[in-house]
Amino acid sequence: MKLDSKIPSGPLANKWSKHKQESMLVNPANKRKFRVIVVGTGLAGSSAAASLSELGYNVDAFCFQDSPRRAHSIAAQGGINAAKNYQNDGDSVHRLFYDTIKGGDFRAREANVHRLAEVSTSIIDQCTAQGVPFARDYGGLLSNRSFGGAQVSRTFYARGQTGQQLLIGAYQALSRQIYSGNVNMHARHEMLELVVVDGHARGIVTRNLVDGRIEAFAADAVVLATGGYGNVFYLSTNAKGCNVTANIRAFRKGAAFANPCYTQIHPTCIPVSGDYQSKLTLMSESLRNDGRVWVPKKKEDLSKNPASIAEADRDYYLERKYPSYGNLCPRDIASRAAKQVCDEGRGIGPAGRGVYLDFADAISRFGKKVIAERYGNLFDMYATITGEDPYEVPMRIYPAVHYSMGGLWVDYNLMSNLPGLHVIGEANFSDHGANRLGASALMQGLADGYFVLPYTIGHYLATAKQPKVSTEHPEFKKALADAEARLKKLLSLKGKRTPDSFHRELGLLMWNKCGMARNARGLKELLQEIPALRERFWRELVIRGDAASMNVDLEKAGRVADFMEFSELLVRDALDRDESCGGHFREEHQTEEGEAKRNDAEFLHVSAWEYQGEGQAPLRHKEPLNYEEIKLQTRSYK
Amino acid sequence: MSAHNEKPMKLKLHVWRQRSPQQPGEMKEYALDNVDAHMSFLEMMDVLNEQLANNGEEPVAFDHDCREGICGMCSMVINGQPHGGHKGVTTCQLHMRHFSDGDDIYVEPWRAKAFPVLRDLVVDRSSLDRIIQAGGYVSVNTGGTPDANALPIPKTEADQAMDAAACIGCGACVAACKNSSAMLFMSAKVSHLGHLPQGQAERYSRVKAMVQQMDAEGFGNCSNLSQCEAACPKEISSKVIAELNRDFLKGSWRGE
Ligand SMILES: Cc1cc2nc3c(=O)[nH]c(=O)nc-3n(C[C@H](O)[C@H](O)[C@H](O)COP(=O)(O)OP(=O)(O)OC[C@H]3O[C@@H](n4cnc5c(N)ncnc54)[C@H](O)[C@@H]3O)c2cc1C
Ligand code: FES
Repeated sequence: MKLDSKIPSGPLANKWSKHKQESMLVNPANKRKFRVIVVGTGLAGSSAAASLSELGYNVDAFCFQDSPRRAHSIAAQGGINAAKNYQNDGDSVHRLFYDTIKGGDFRAREANVHRLAEVSTSIIDQCTAQGVPFARDYGGLLSNRSFGGAQVSRTFYARGQTGQQLLIGAYQALSRQIYSGNVNMHARHEMLELVVVDGHARGIVTRNLVDGRIEAFAADAVVLATGGYGNVFYLSTNAKGCNVTANIRAFRKGAAFANPCYTQIHPTCIPVSGDYQSKLTLMSESLRNDGRVWVPKKKEDLSKNPASIAEADRDYYLERKYPSYGNLCPRDIASRAAKQVCDEGRGIGPAGRGVYLDFADAISRFGKKVIAERYGNLFDMYATITGEDPYEVPMRIYPAVHYSMGGLWVDYNLMSNLPGLHVIGEANFSDHGANRLGASALMQGLADGYFVLPYTIGHYLATAKQPKVSTEHPEFKKALADAEARLKKLLSLKGKRTPDSFHRELGLLMWNKCGMARNARGLKELLQEIPALRERFWRELVIRGDAASMNVDLEKAGRVADFMEFSELLVRDALDRDESCGGHFREEHQTEEGEAKRNDAEFLHVSAWEYQGEGQAPLRHKEPLNYEEIKLQTRSYK
Repeated sequence: MSAHNEKPMKLKLHVWRQRSPQQPGEMKEYALDNVDAHMSFLEMMDVLNEQLANNGEEPVAFDHDCREGICGMCSMVINGQPHGGHKGVTTCQLHMRHFSDGDDIYVEPWRAKAFPVLRDLVVDRSSLDRIIQAGGYVSVNTGGTPDANALPIPKTEADQAMDAAACIGCGACVAACKNSSAMLFMSAKVSHLGHLPQGQAERYSRVKAMVQQMDAEGFGNCSNLSQCEAACPKEISSKVIAELNRDFLKGSWRGE
């Protein structure tokens, strides 16, 4: 396998404009001769599908929810970064670029990240023109807040519903194109196979989740915008349907999977409350603008009413350990710090797995009204779930799985090593290195969909020169048969256990041995335990109902089966990366203060895994990371 | 978690079961023990489904995804009320602490002509998407837009736009309305865009196109009873309906 990142030559700041200049174009009259499949309608997919259709391409768009507007992007709360420097606080494209590279612990590509920072400003213009109701100051101009890992205020937001508003903007643009007839929208369709013809990605196979029909779709290029794989841990802040199916199916057809071990654990989530727990709820990072994180210094204070604990007996451990960033240090660092104090036996709440996020100071400084205006919906959400009032008692929070930095490998054009297969948004690996900064996923999704892919896919279509194919092609027939055989196999199992019960079991294994902290021994155990669990899954599962109608357990079973396979890849990568970096913390590699210790001499590369066939260990390739602009250094937020 | 000292509850569930749009449905009874007060309503349904599977029965199909009240996917009528009738709460955010040991709970799908049942509690809401497709947007293409701060918008206007834009498109308003009208859903979009300068160019044509689509989908007329407002999990005010009516009239005068 050849991994060519296709990073343009020349000075960093000119690469993107030069690349656009040099890319081939498809002339307007010819665009309608091309058809593009876009799987996923989150920020990345909706923005791409709408923009491609506006340009004149024919688009088939897919999502598994009942409407494109319900993609998981809808749940993003806190905000979206952009280097507008509206606050005149010293922000710039270069600073956003630098913060993102540093936040990612120097494991992302410079050229991609610089481009992301460059186009960030256009995103805010575009969304505003669509009618996204960003928060404004009294003068009527856009307002900003701060997010972790930055010392400037560059985060744009729409109350605590930024993802919702951005997605509705993209969904409306997509709706307009659906109305125009250029986009065929296929909701409640799940992609089950990628179809590759003569080495090029040419189509997909889907299951209609309403009537069970298996169908094939052919096109000139395929775009995966299928989101992240956090649900491999079962409990996460992701929506229930988030899955790795599309990505793992593409992996099996030859697309490289990059850095699967880079998963983000978010520091501020509502702790687990019982065995029945089905998901974890995020409390936005924006809360760390005003909330202070602490635990009692003394164990005997753990069960006391927090308000009665004297200031001197509280450990504001983030402010203590990281004075210059304080409560706004990056997520990986804040999460590990929370784990540390809980491991020391100073965690609060059930099972000692929690820390306080306290707004008492902010409320006394600004008043309850201002705090309610800033975070009202988050406070309400917290109260609804826990039955406690965060205006009166501090929130209890604990880290939870949140985001996947890893994903399918893509080059500078956002194309995978499989020609024609483009991957955008959280589904690719490209911009966040080993740790993503808050408010940068929304930025990346929309950058990819509105401003990068529409250019780069044009170049591919103009140069690929592939003959038209139809779903009559033998590769389509084969992919259809494969998808059907898999469903049949799942339905033939005569065990006793539900897909959910296996998913929970897998998640717990992963969280315990491949979660916030990992070590070689645990990872090696997982490489025994996962195949054993997978084997039980394929023996003990039972699915009621049939394939020819809506069957929720069949849907889940397919996803869990793919997680069973993917988890092993993730663990392999975690074992292979024998260093700590960003969200990937190997206990063997830490400084005396317990900070992640990178090993640039051996691991300054992207690990890209190639499928080798059923039952075979995948092959690891390396894409070296060349830092031309930035000097590598130890990340410090002290 | 406030200490787990509440006793587990026993509940009797009455759930709508329907295999397909073509087949008739019926209410079925299930007894459920061991329900924890801290569970969400959907977690309680998960437990029911696990129990059904163990008894060799098919699980109850229901729509859900984010489970935090924002995607608009969950959609159950609980004891006769969409989302259970607690102010500002979706089904997925409703917690079992609002129920008591021994309760009978009735769980049904959204009921409306424009929302055919697909299976059990799952309905087809694509009619709402088609209302947006007819005109619920600002017609701008990607690229070439002015600087976001070129046009200041008074905070009060922006806030009102945001109040309306908070709609999650769940359809509870339709399910609550005795005429199954989609007026609140549609007006929320009209109000969101109508409060922003970017939405002015198509202000009147938008309303007209959306209203036509709503009628074509088989939604009923506004009952003027504001049951929609009471059922809306995002507490969207029915005053947006007055805004729509005003724009609709104005548009007809202007011949747009
Ligand atoms: C609770 C929460 C809060 C967040 N807050 C922020 C924030 O404040 N700022 C920020 O920058 N980021 C935030 N993030 C991260 C950010 O929301 C996501 O990374 C981003 O929205 C992902 O967008 P996407 O378009 O790549 O994928 P998604 O929005 O996840 O969309 C995936 C799409 O793919 C479809 N799909 C998936 N698999 C298949 C399949 N097999 N077949 C067919 N369709 C399929 C789905 O239907 C969906 O349409 C948050 C994440 C969470 C979980
Ligand atoms: S599941 Fe998303 S709103 Fe209820």
